[in-house]
Amino acid sequence: MSALVETLAVRKAYGDFVALDDVTLSVAAGETVAIVGPNGAGKTTLVNVLTGLLKPSGGVVRFKGDDIAGIGPVKLAQRGMARAFQLVHIFPALTVGETIAAAVVSQTGRSLHLFASLSRDEALWKKVREVAAIFGLDGKLDAQARLLSQGEKKLLDIASAFALVPEVILLDEPTSGVSSGDKHGIMKTLIDAAGRAGVKAILLVEHDMDLVAEYASRIVALQGGRVLADRAPEAFFADPELIASVIGKRPARRARSEG
Amino acid sequence: MSGRPRYAALVAFVVAAIAVLAIFPRVAQPYYVTLVLPAFAYAIALLGFNLLFGTTGLLSFGHALFVAIGAYAAAVMTSKLGIKSFELILVVAGAVAVIAAVPVALLAVRYVRIFFGILTLAFGMLFHSFLFKFYNLTGGDTGIRVLRPTLLGQDWKELDKTAFLIGPFYYACLVLAVVLGFAMWRIVRSPFGLHLAAIRENARKAEYLGVRVRLFRLIAFLISAFYGAIGGAILAVNTGQADPELAYWTHSGELVFMTVLGGFANFFGPLVGAFTFIFLKSELMGATQYWRFFLGATLAVIVIAFPRGLMGLAGDLWKKAVRR
Repeated sequence: MSALVETLAVRKAYGDFVALDDVTLSVAAGETVAIVGPNGAGKTTLVNVLTGLLKPSGGVVRFKGDDIAGIGPVKLAQRGMARAFQLVHIFPALTVGETIAAAVVSQTGRSLHLFASLSRDEALWKKVREVAAIFGLDGKLDAQARLLSQGEKKLLDIASAFALVPEVILLDEPTSGVSSGDKHGIMKTLIDAAGRAGVKAILLVEHDMDLVAEYASRIVALQGGRVLADRAPEAFFADPELIASVIGKRPARRARSEG
Repeated sequence: MSGRPRYAALVAFVVAAIAVLAIFPRVAQPYYVTLVLPAFAYAIALLGFNLLFGTTGLLSFGHALFVAIGAYAAAVMTSKLGIKSFELILVVAGAVAVIAAVPVALLAVRYVRIFFGILTLAFGMLFHSFLFKFYNLTGGDTGIRVLRPTLLGQDWKELDKTAFLIGPFYYACLVLAVVLGFAMWRIVRSPFGLHLAAIRENARKAEYLGVRVRLFRLIAFLISAFYGAIGGAILAVNTGQADPELAYWTHSGELVFMTVLGGFANFFGPLVGAFTFIFLKSELMGATQYWRFFLGATLAVIVIAFPRGLMGLAGDLWKKAVRR
């Protein structure tokens, strides 16, 4: 099985501080790989390297076999990798429909059509409605993004990334800032949407171990910028020491506080 | 959304406005007709200015640079090169402005907010100094005269200066304003325009949706420079003179003023702003020597009480009227 996304001995240093060190991992089609680790483990840096935003100080990062070190988000989107942010990124004054349409315009390569009518482009709006429907936003196409609920904003953020029809999607804590009751609902929507949209692989940065246990097909644990473990969920959750170091607390302490 | 009836009302308004402007020279006093000419010029320049400001979110404090380039293009062509064709003047003015805008834009679009504003301001002042100091080339502080151009090959020799301006030239400007206004309307509502709005709203997010942020800012900048130069050429023919004041930063400030006065969030805001500003300024200048004070006070009131400008106010009143 050839890797869709892979890193080989990636290192990223800021002066003396080493954020990533000798990180080697690969993601193949059909996988949902969770990247876990305590704060400061290097998750965000790894995500930024994987999305071509940061150029690694050493090592190789490839997407579909091509070197993507530092190519930037625009080219990455064109090649088929999309990203949704940890913090909600929306276009406050644009409507839900316009937000998704912005992605469809990029994906269909029509962004330089200076005099074409956007509103009369039936094919475009059909796609917009399809994507919106997957995320349950089809009833709010004309609503301004800033007026949505926090959960809806999150869904819109991710929906616009899906509208790029990516092969790989990188979800950076997709459920952060969402109430715990909604978390499973959003994750399920996401995973279903990925399946329907033809996404081949998902990279997931997530703190919530319940969600990781339920949706990840493989777990990569980072600590201090290094890969601590790269295992299937069963093997991962069978190791309490590993879980403790990832969550950043000792299980014994938790047991005491609960007792 | 009540899209259809609103759209129909809008089309009716625009058609009515064009009709009023078309019959205006026949019914109004010549003095007021001559006021409409700079209003046309500013309306066109501001359409471009607002593609950058209202749509893309970049506030240029040096946009008079391009208005001045258009004016000097008209001056040099008519006075020094003996080229009188207004159509050719427009093409050259627009082309020179776009070429001059490339280096400015390449540098400026790397920055946003105040840094973008200051950079454009600096380029504007640089050009002003050039016009001022290179006397042999630019005529220094007196500038260069702009001779009467021909329209579609016609020189209108039988008409005196005012008759030419409020007659054939007026209609040429009206046609230009309508054509360029329609073109801008299409640009703002195109896939390209949507990506500009996305850049304004959240450039980082836009990048991740495949929007080429810097390239698009650059293109928007070039288009706005083109519109600025067309406005400048009209302005210069109207006054018969191109002088360095056109590039001075206070002139750039007036462009910002007009746009805020009309409302930058609305497509028609800058147009309304241009007409209101020209007529307001003329009335105030006639009424008092302290007209600058009253203009300033007007701007303060607008910014505080109606931050979305006259068009924002009109929109609110319209909504209230519809609800009743």
